[in-house]
Amino acid sequence: METIILFAPLVGALICGFGWKFIGETAAQWVATGLLFLAALLSWIVFFSFDGTTEHITVLRFIESGSLGTEWSIRLDRLTAIMLIVVTSVSSLVHLYSFGYMDHDPQWHEGEVYKPRFFAYLSFFTFAMLALVTSDNLVQMFFGWEGVGVASYLLIGFYYRKPSANAAAIKAFVVNRVGDFGFALGIMALFFLTDSIRFDEVFAEVPRLAETQLSFLWTSWNAANLVGVLLFIGAMGKSAQFILHTWLPDAMEGPTPVSALIHAATMVTAGVFLVCRMSPLYEFANEAAMFITVMGAITAFFAATVGLVQTDIKRVIAYSTCSQLGYMFVAAGVGMYSAAMFHLFTHAFFKALLFLGAGSVIHAMHHEQDMTNYGALRKRIPYTFWAMMIGTLAITGVGIPLTSIGFAGFLSKDAIIESAWAGGSTFGFWALVIAAAMTSFYSWRLIFLTFFGEARGDKHTHEHAHESPMVMLIPLGVLSLGAIFAGMIWYGSFFGHADQVGKFYGIPVAEAGAEAGHGEAAAHGEAAKTEGHAPAAAEGHGAAAGEHHVAFAGKPGEGALFFGPDNHVLDDAHAAPKWVKVSPFIAMLLGFALAWLFYIRNPALPKALAENQSTLYQFLKNKWYIDEIYDAIFVRPAIGLGRVFWKRGDGSVIDGFLNGVAMGIVPFFTRLAGKAQSGYIFTYVFWMVLGVAALITWMSIGGAH
Amino acid sequence: MMQADLNIILPEMVLAIYAMLALLGAVYTGKDKLASALVWVTAALMLVLAVWIGTGSAGARTAFNGMFNDDGFSRFAKVLILSSAAAVLVMSQEYMQRRGILRFEYPVLVVLATVGMMVMVSAGDLMVLYMGLELQSLALYVVAALRRDSVKSTEAGLKYFVLGALSSGLLLYGASLVYGFAGTTLFSGILQTAKEGEVSVGLLFGLVFLISGMAFKVSAVPFHMWTPDVYQGSPTPVTAFFATAPKAAALGLFARVLFDAFGGAVGDWQQVIALLAVLSMFLGAVAAIGQTDIKRLMAYSSIAHMGFALMGLASGTAFGVQAMLIYVSIYVAMNIGTFAFIMAMERDGTPVTEIAALNMYSKKKPGRALAMLILLFSLAGVPPMLGFFGKFYVLRAAYDGGLAWLAILGVVASVIGAFYYLRIVYYMYFGEEGEELDTNGSPVLWAMLMGSAAIMLLGIINMFGVEGAAQAAAAALVN
Repeated sequence: METIILFAPLVGALICGFGWKFIGETAAQWVATGLLFLAALLSWIVFFSFDGTTEHITVLRFIESGSLGTEWSIRLDRLTAIMLIVVTSVSSLVHLYSFGYMDHDPQWHEGEVYKPRFFAYLSFFTFAMLALVTSDNLVQMFFGWEGVGVASYLLIGFYYRKPSANAAAIKAFVVNRVGDFGFALGIMALFFLTDSIRFDEVFAEVPRLAETQLSFLWTSWNAANLVGVLLFIGAMGKSAQFILHTWLPDAMEGPTPVSALIHAATMVTAGVFLVCRMSPLYEFANEAAMFITVMGAITAFFAATVGLVQTDIKRVIAYSTCSQLGYMFVAAGVGMYSAAMFHLFTHAFFKALLFLGAGSVIHAMHHEQDMTNYGALRKRIPYTFWAMMIGTLAITGVGIPLTSIGFAGFLSKDAIIESAWAGGSTFGFWALVIAAAMTSFYSWRLIFLTFFGEARGDKHTHEHAHESPMVMLIPLGVLSLGAIFAGMIWYGSFFGHADQVGKFYGIPVAEAGAEAGHGEAAAHGEAAKTEGHAPAAAEGHGAAAGEHHVAFAGKPGEGALFFGPDNHVLDDAHAAPKWVKVSPFIAMLLGFALAWLFYIRNPALPKALAENQSTLYQFLKNKWYIDEIYDAIFVRPAIGLGRVFWKRGDGSVIDGFLNGVAMGIVPFFTRLAGKAQSGYIFTYVFWMVLGVAALITWMSIGGAH
Repeated sequence: MMQADLNIILPEMVLAIYAMLALLGAVYTGKDKLASALVWVTAALMLVLAVWIGTGSAGARTAFNGMFNDDGFSRFAKVLILSSAAAVLVMSQEYMQRRGILRFEYPVLVVLATVGMMVMVSAGDLMVLYMGLELQSLALYVVAALRRDSVKSTEAGLKYFVLGALSSGLLLYGASLVYGFAGTTLFSGILQTAKEGEVSVGLLFGLVFLISGMAFKVSAVPFHMWTPDVYQGSPTPVTAFFATAPKAAALGLFARVLFDAFGGAVGDWQQVIALLAVLSMFLGAVAAIGQTDIKRLMAYSSIAHMGFALMGLASGTAFGVQAMLIYVSIYVAMNIGTFAFIMAMERDGTPVTEIAALNMYSKKKPGRALAMLILLFSLAGVPPMLGFFGKFYVLRAAYDGGLAWLAILGVVASVIGAFYYLRIVYYMYFGEEGEELDTNGSPVLWAMLMGSAAIMLLGIINMFGVEGAAQAAAAALVN
């Protein structure tokens, strides 16, 4: 079944991409979409029937070279199962949505066939992403990692007639190369240290790595930390973390369904997945984990500030994605991988929802993306409006404080913020709380600018704004359900009591203290009534089990995640003071109030503020000038260097030399040889005699010994 | 005793007697009316002999007290000579018939030349060597001038004859010097005298003259001047013959003399051969660039190719000889195809040899143009065509033999040489539309062209076993 999930999208991509000429355009699209829905269905079956024990399903032999030996096999554990449903569900909905969105795309001329190509790319992306999340070893993961990179490149540059789309595609590819280089170094370092790339064998070696020193660059490092940082650099590239984030906003040049699938729900979360997958490593690499926390917090804060002032609807959501990824890394960095996965899971739903909603708005407004030209669209596209509202309520974290009732983002984001506090990262905690306020502000700003106020921009466009077709609205509806309920349903599993989390991920738990055996039994007993039970029950259970303290146990590699023996973040987070738990909610209210004030109450205020604080405004508007800095530091010198090599090196030296030989020296000899060939026998005889004489002379003087 | 000797030279005797019978028979009966049939019969006989020699007894035998060798090396060369001669005969029949130059002497002369070549590669004595060489040469002089009413053809024959006589003189002078200083004309005797480091100056001079005479036959620079004129002036089928069998025979003779007679003094002749190789490769490559006539171009091409073959010989090792044999086998196969293409080039029934006439040939005849493209790429040594592997073998032989500089120069020369082959491809595929060539062509030529091109592609699988045969042949010569 897992094999079918993995390969169905590949089959779909091949049939759709190469076979559409034989089966027709529409049929090809339906084949790809149908196979994706099949994969999604099977994924949910796998998710619910999975019992927590890690399985390995070997598909084929992959590499046998020296001591490097590995199979292509599927590693099925809870992490994989979560990713499977996220990837296949969003992907299948995006496939469906694309039927409507990609219809009559103005980028293409009449009669041009582009849809099968689009669907084939989407399906290929899904295959690569599944290969990434199901991998049982690092090289297979790297294959998927690069595969999604290629698919992302192809899809960002899908409108290949737009120079800006091509530039964005290349930028995404190049920036990702930087991260991939770190990832590749990390894989090689792990192979060098453990002589294996299989996860199980690597994890078993991790405690030893923590005590190994490794020379790299100019100094000696702790092996676990070094590998952790290198792998995280890979994750930074893929997940658009600060410094390597610049490609993500530009990637919005791609069609909107692509942004929803790749640049919001799935591919960009691969970095988070990587860190969670390598949790045994990071549990032994404290400095690397600290680095992750700090980078994540900076990203969450930075991206949120930039999001405040963007006017392109997709770019706002893109920076929001960037910021939310930062949240996930903070959670992973402080050791609460489960919370990171929780946010990854819920974020996939509400962010895909927001993107598809934005796509629906763009579709309605004839591919107008500037929010300053929107306004008062609430009545014209009501379904889209409600879907966007749900997405916004989810991302800003609306819920009832101190309970576990609320939209998906409320539960998962609060879990992260509590974990950050419990993990002892004061900086992370405050950065995230402030970012939460800003998230609320820019999300509501988006809603107010788009759907409220009065209609701005081209009147004609506004009059013709129309609701999207059903194929686009159904995915919005399904994702809305996810955005509302995903948090409440799985709160216990992801962030409930250690018993539940342990059961969910297949991590052995043991009662701290003397009665270890009893704790084991208790864990088993409670296991029966975990999952399906609503969070309220979980809370009650947590209170009841409060006195017997249960902690995670097991060796690295047992279960989907690994928590070190001194990792108490989960318990500490649950025991966090009330003000900590309420703080994100208050931040959210503050953001909402400000947005209301700026865009409903007094729409002139933002402009006045921008003029008043023009330095700050320009700083944010220009995304902290990071693109400009890169341009000055990397791009221009590289262009200059390339120009030198091209003009001087290649043009003057190499071409000059070869042209000189080919057009000067060789023809000279050719003419000479032609002249010697006079046609007269005496000339020929002369040359022969000369030859004999020369040979004789040479032999007598030098040749003979 | 005599019976056994005659047994060993039976193939040569069969051919020689056949030639005489054919000559007499044709003179007294139908004369030129029989020519066509005679060509086919001759070609068939040659193929039969080739198969007979190829599948015959293994091992080495000598006849007439060591004057005649029958070993793996000579058998390899003979099979190559006989089959290429047969192929050229088959190709020429229709072409010469249509132009009224098919005389019954033609197949007879080709047979006699072939007998001479077979004697050359089997020679174990300077006298036998000269006998074979002269038999071959005399027949070829006449064939070159076959078209008696054409000024160019007679000029070619005459030039070839005069210069050939000079080269024979050089060779004979060298032979007499060798005889004088070694006291014998038998190769085995010379081998005992000419030991490394103690070769007398007289013997050395004799060697140089011998090499000069043989270099003329393989058209190595600076003894190559006859080649372009003779190639251009002779009727195209004759040119095709010149470019194939005699080259193989002359190289065989070269190797035979250098290893059988002077195998003890490799260091003395190695440098000379290497020098000839370099000069040939470069002159062939550079001079061909200026040519506008495809036959002249093929003349320079064969000069360059002989340079590469000599590179294998210059390495002085068994592997070098193997490389040379492989190279020359591939070279012969390529040239048969190429000349089949050239013979089919005509406009209004008259042959055309201008390269520019091939403008946009690919539009008219895509199949032929593609086959020619493969052959030209192979001649230039572009992988994965077979020609590349030939070059690769000789370069490796030169490198293994300690002549790395020679290998490097060979690579440079082959780069320069690639230009003029590719220029033909350029004309065929990208040139401007000009006056078109006729589109008809005989099926035999078509088959030869396609077969040759197919060999260039399919041969890379296992070279049709030539590799192993060449290795055995080389082992028989060098020990």
